[in-house]
Amino acid sequence: MAQKPSNVAYQVMWNRLISVVEEQAQALVRTAFSTSVREAGDLSAGVYDTQGNMLAQAVTGTPGHVNAMADAVAHFIRRIGRQNILEGDVYITNDPWEATGHLHDITMVTPSFHKGVLVGFFACTAHIVDIGGRGFGADAQSVYEEGLYIPIMKFADRGEVDKTLVRIIRGNVREPDQLIGDIYALATCNEIGHRRLVDMMGEFDLDHLDGIAEFILDNSRRATIERIAALPQQTAEGEMTMDGFEKPITLMVKVSVEGDKIVSDFTGSSGVDKKGINCPLVYAKAYACYALKVAIAPEIPNNAASLAPFEITAPENTIVNALHPAPVALRHIVGHFVPDAVYDAFDKIVPGLVPAEGAGCLCNFQVSLRPRTDAPAPADAHRSEVLTFNSGGSGARPEHDGLNATAFPSGVMTMPIEATEHAGPVIIWRKELRPDSGGAGKTRGGLGQYMEVGAQEGHEFDIQAMFDRGAHPARGRRGGQNGAHTTIMRSDGAAMHVKGKQFVPHGERVIMAFPGGAGYGEPSERPMELVKRDLARGYISAETAAKVYGLSASEIAGVEAAIAKGDPS
Amino acid sequence: MKSSSIRLGVDIGGTFTDVVLEKHGKSFSTKVLTTYTAPENAIIDGMHQVCAKAGIAPGEIEQIIHGTTLATNALIERRGAKTAMITTQGFRDVIEMRTESRFEQYDLNLNLPEPLLPRQMRFTVPGRVNAKGEILVDLDRTEVEAVVYKIAQAGFESVAVGLIHSYLNPTHEELVRDVLEEKLPDVSVSISSEVSPQMREYERFNTVVANAYIKPLMASYLGRLEDRLREKGVTCRIFLMHSGGGIISIQNAADFPVRLVESGPAGGAVFAANVAARYGLDKVLSFDMGGTTAKICLIKNQTPKTARVFEVARTYRFKKGSGMPISIPVIDMVEIGAGGGSLAHVDAMRQIRVGPESAGSEPGPACYGRGGERPGVTDADLVLGKLDPESFAGGSIKLHPDNAQEALANHIGRTLDMEASEAAFGVAEVVDENMANAARVHAVENGEDLSEYTMIAFGGAAPLHAGRLCEKLGVERLLVPPGAGVGSAIGFLRAPFSFEANRSVYMKLSDFDGRKIKSLLSVLKTEATSFVRTCDEISPILSEFKVYMRYSGQGWEIPIDLTEEQAMNPDAATFEARFEEDYTKLFGRPVEGMDIEITVWSVNATTPPEKVAGVNAIDGEAAAKAAGQRPLFDAAMAQYLDADIVNRFDMSSGERATGPVAIVEDETTIIVPASRDAIRQPDGCIDVVMKG
Repeated sequence: MAQKPSNVAYQVMWNRLISVVEEQAQALVRTAFSTSVREAGDLSAGVYDTQGNMLAQAVTGTPGHVNAMADAVAHFIRRIGRQNILEGDVYITNDPWEATGHLHDITMVTPSFHKGVLVGFFACTAHIVDIGGRGFGADAQSVYEEGLYIPIMKFADRGEVDKTLVRIIRGNVREPDQLIGDIYALATCNEIGHRRLVDMMGEFDLDHLDGIAEFILDNSRRATIERIAALPQQTAEGEMTMDGFEKPITLMVKVSVEGDKIVSDFTGSSGVDKKGINCPLVYAKAYACYALKVAIAPEIPNNAASLAPFEITAPENTIVNALHPAPVALRHIVGHFVPDAVYDAFDKIVPGLVPAEGAGCLCNFQVSLRPRTDAPAPADAHRSEVLTFNSGGSGARPEHDGLNATAFPSGVMTMPIEATEHAGPVIIWRKELRPDSGGAGKTRGGLGQYMEVGAQEGHEFDIQAMFDRGAHPARGRRGGQNGAHTTIMRSDGAAMHVKGKQFVPHGERVIMAFPGGAGYGEPSERPMELVKRDLARGYISAETAAKVYGLSASEIAGVEAAIAKGDPS
Repeated sequence: MKSSSIRLGVDIGGTFTDVVLEKHGKSFSTKVLTTYTAPENAIIDGMHQVCAKAGIAPGEIEQIIHGTTLATNALIERRGAKTAMITTQGFRDVIEMRTESRFEQYDLNLNLPEPLLPRQMRFTVPGRVNAKGEILVDLDRTEVEAVVYKIAQAGFESVAVGLIHSYLNPTHEELVRDVLEEKLPDVSVSISSEVSPQMREYERFNTVVANAYIKPLMASYLGRLEDRLREKGVTCRIFLMHSGGGIISIQNAADFPVRLVESGPAGGAVFAANVAARYGLDKVLSFDMGGTTAKICLIKNQTPKTARVFEVARTYRFKKGSGMPISIPVIDMVEIGAGGGSLAHVDAMRQIRVGPESAGSEPGPACYGRGGERPGVTDADLVLGKLDPESFAGGSIKLHPDNAQEALANHIGRTLDMEASEAAFGVAEVVDENMANAARVHAVENGEDLSEYTMIAFGGAAPLHAGRLCEKLGVERLLVPPGAGVGSAIGFLRAPFSFEANRSVYMKLSDFDGRKIKSLLSVLKTEATSFVRTCDEISPILSEFKVYMRYSGQGWEIPIDLTEEQAMNPDAATFEARFEEDYTKLFGRPVEGMDIEITVWSVNATTPPEKVAGVNAIDGEAAAKAAGQRPLFDAAMAQYLDADIVNRFDMSSGERATGPVAIVEDETTIIVPASRDAIRQPDGCIDVVMKG
């Protein structure tokens, strides 16, 4: 029997496990077919002890998987049954409630055996291209219409892949080769983690992970609780309202700092929506937890112990705790607003820490292009689906302006428009910052952006809009002003909606302006040199500089003269 | 190919300018302090020193090869020209909007780096090219003239032109350039279709802006340098090391100064590649560790691995995404914020963290005794017996073990209930683990298994840590070459003349067009070759063909090397087979049923590598003579052991020193763990091998 490793050895092992899961995640990014994985980092990878406690998780583009992943492996252990967990097995599911919130995420779990004994698990999740059903959108009435459901089950049994399952999957999705490719990529990514874990156990002469698990979890728990204990032990309420589909959705939350935990209770939030923007609790929990953790304990790595003190509750059948069979495909829209609601409450407990409201959900849209139907189409016209990820402005921080056209709380990247235009016969005519969209304040909200999209000659298209903040712009904090709201219209002047699938005839474009973040503090307190800088850069117009920030006509003329001379600012 | 027999290599680094003169196989080197205001002064000074040592006049030098961090520093410190950008209407903010993401998820106060040019310096023109390279909207000359007029009024010195899809059709960019050159003959112009003809507007625009931004500065510096050298009697041609590990002419360097970024580290990789060639090693991991960072590079078949994009001027803990992307051919290196000066602390989880914050040289780590109170890696190395307090840096800096002990006890030991020595062990283990993890991840990303690799270590701190790194990585053999302190400058003298030309053009294998491929690759070959020809009129020029491929739908291309035969007689089946072979190597299995596409095409023209005299590595028998003994902490055994001290220059060829042993020289100390022995090879390399 190996002797107990030293503190130094544990230090090294913890580092190593974090490196292993990052490596696992990188392997997925490189091999996945799904745009949202490779461009947006919509994936996760983690390592677990034999009890299903998450020991380390890769930091990826989405906080949405944080808690969901932490809970998932326990569900796998329960469903598969300990006695059936065998070397060479690989498990799979896309259960929205027991994994990561919608059918488009496939989660795979691999038990890790060392010297014939179960020592832990690896899990990873990726957003996949298509899972059949109605396709990615909010139009389903229930989860049954949203695609193929794969309950927690064995994908491989002692190394033998379940060919029946593979045939069923292939027969139910639009891009079977890509999906099966992604499933294998997920399995490979766990395998990479497993091999590195076994190497580490060899190097440190370990027979099990109990010691290192205890070291990681104890230190993480203690560090997290220390942070919580240092906060004012208070309760505060917050709320925010978003556009929703047909009617606005309100998120209500009561945040209570209670010694060794913080409880966020979403009682009072809107009920389940008819459209597929409902959140299973795991997903809302992930974003609430992310919001609090990034504010008070950002450097503590995610694991079972560092996440446990953040408790989230919500009544059943609310928009943040939608139960089966509610439709959940676009659960990210509501999920991305959860931090704004939590911050509305938390700002009352710890003032001066959290930002003002920002754009919230990503400004994503999908265009479905096809040959024009109103007149003969050219021979090379073809059908194509193009999905893009875009961001509005983030909310102003107490000491810093909000970030221009940068995602928060999501961490996704946009795609180069040159790449988007290679993906299908789409033309992005404009993608640039939207002046005057950042809410004014002592610190300014981040600017949103303009986008203009059309099709190549000979094509018409539908646009699936997944925007919000059309009627509910980001609200300023402590005297800061609201950010600009979302607008969308057709180039011929026809009105359009911020959500839903809408037709765009041949020759027309969609003109969009994505929301800005809100300001923080009174605009009158903004340092004049920053107002002048913003004017010089065109972040604000001369009108705003004069009206909102009180810049005089001669000061404005001075800035304009500096621009003409090419002086930097 | 190198007919010249008296050659000078010059590397301007952040602190020192290294100068190496080779005369008929003998080498003379010096280090002089970099003179920031006029970097050429240090070169002249260093050149005179080595010429004196070699007993020659500057006029006898037959070739000068120069690499410099000046371009990099100008970008980091934002000391470029007054520069404007002209871009496509609707896309004014591409270099500012970046990827629309936060490179650090867990920091509410994160700020993104400012673009090189603020918004008011970015102008737009109409005109639009589509993804097939067809013109959708014409660009009218009068519209360009209107913008050029504004640029003239504002007095810009340099202009970057970056238009959407210009890599497919450069005519609009060329029109803008022509108008600029006509109206503003004194203004320097850079166009993206020449500087970096690759798809992805953010990277391409940023690259052309960076080029424009440093072009006047670098052109002026290179001009001055040439004048000063001529004044001193130098008559030979002067060449520049580029980031891809080859040499270009001074004129090309002045036109494309962005290619000089990272030329110093590239020299280091070439230096390691040359050692690899001497030993006939096909799989080498180069490891360079200095005061603030460590760099790791994979060298296969004696050629450093290259990439198409890298990041310069990272602003946030060396984090990916926190710098600016530059898409030029570059030697692919992982840089970690881990060096001798990196500081250690204990975080909220009672974990020891090391770097990237560095003590620098002032005040330096605690053991320098210059007022530094926080423990650095050097403090840990000292307490662990890896360094001799009396002979650090050739005895020029006296180290204070008491200060190191105290700093480690105060900042690490007290919180973690550890003795100073255990704290030192912890710090060293964490920094070594960080570097080992970076190396492992880099290897995995490239489908490589490091246990088949040999490590080559250079740079002041690398030999102190390389032995432990090898243990952690399962690397069996470590070579520490002589001259490691001026490795980059030596590397310059080993580099071939080379230039890589590349182009983004999409092609699916299902639409494979062999004629088009042949014509494209021929154009690239001609372009690359002509650059090399301006440097070397007689040597044969080899062409290396590479295409970047992926399954349609993936976002990540993998580089596929093609033989000249495969490139010039292209057929879809061969491309597919080559792709699947490499894909399988990287990711375990091919994906059935998917179409495959090619996204980027590249041709590297290069003169043949220098003939290298192989070293017959010997298996040392005779025991090296110890100059003394001291306790040395062995990380694998987790305890102090009695270790010999051997002077590197007392070791004769074939002598073996048995680990644990410290092999000392002025510039550094090679720590040989108990698991290994060290043999002095005939070329002066210290060969650290597994026992038994």
